[in-house]
Amino acid sequence: MTINLILLFSLIFAALWTVLTVRLIRSIVGLALTSAVLSVIMYRLHSPLAAVFELSVCSGLISVIFVTTVSFTQRISKDNLLIRRKERFLKYWYLPIILILAGLLLSRYLLTPQFTLIALEPAKELDVRNLLWNARHLDLLGQVVMLLAGALGVVVLFKESKK
Amino acid sequence: MHLFGVFSIFIGLLLITGIYCMLVSFNLIRVIIGFEILVKAATLLIILAGYVCGRTALAQAIVITLIVIEIVVMVVAGGVALWVFRHNKNIDPRSLGNLKG
Repeated sequence: MTINLILLFSLIFAALWTVLTVRLIRSIVGLALTSAVLSVIMYRLHSPLAAVFELSVCSGLISVIFVTTVSFTQRISKDNLLIRRKERFLKYWYLPIILILAGLLLSRYLLTPQFTLIALEPAKELDVRNLLWNARHLDLLGQVVMLLAGALGVVVLFKESKK
Repeated sequence: MHLFGVFSIFIGLLLITGIYCMLVSFNLIRVIIGFEILVKAATLLIILAGYVCGRTALAQAIVITLIVIEIVVMVVAGGVALWVFRHNKNIDPRSLGNLKG
């Protein structure tokens, strides 16, 4: 449980750093860090395949996409950066208070759950690969359709306009 | 202290962080990052539900589908951000109303 708590605190700190940092590149690094910590938590919750997907896709590929997008946009000037930093501080000062209050409220109502869990014993079920290919094949079809739609969207969006 | 309760608190905090980032930011890329944090909270919730109910295989199958859809959404959102930048020379979400046609 101690390791889980350390990992969960790391997850929240990484997410907060992602949100509160001014530079977009640091924000993207924070997001990749959040994904990496999340993948460790997923591995500890007996989901190694999903953890590998999370680490490779969300921590790797999405960071690359974000860095590419940021590199195409303009860098902010130093004066604007200082102004924005001040604005962000004024804008975000109540975030820690909201987080602490939410944590207290959630711990008050959720630390002693009033519901009974349906199945605490591990249910006998198929391996994840068999489940995905045999029982959830509609999901696979949806994934293929989404990938094709995404590819079409990228072609349309990244196409240079004719002058 | 039950495992589900402890994880739920952190999932709630992650949700609040993501929603706050989406609501307050004046940068389209930062809004997408906030959305990404929200998706991470949902992912953790699904995996936790699978672990608690002893159905980790089903949870993993759902999470893999979620990740595939997430990557497509992120790529298209990145493309939209670039398109907005080309048109407005900034990536302020408030300027999205200027796009017509």
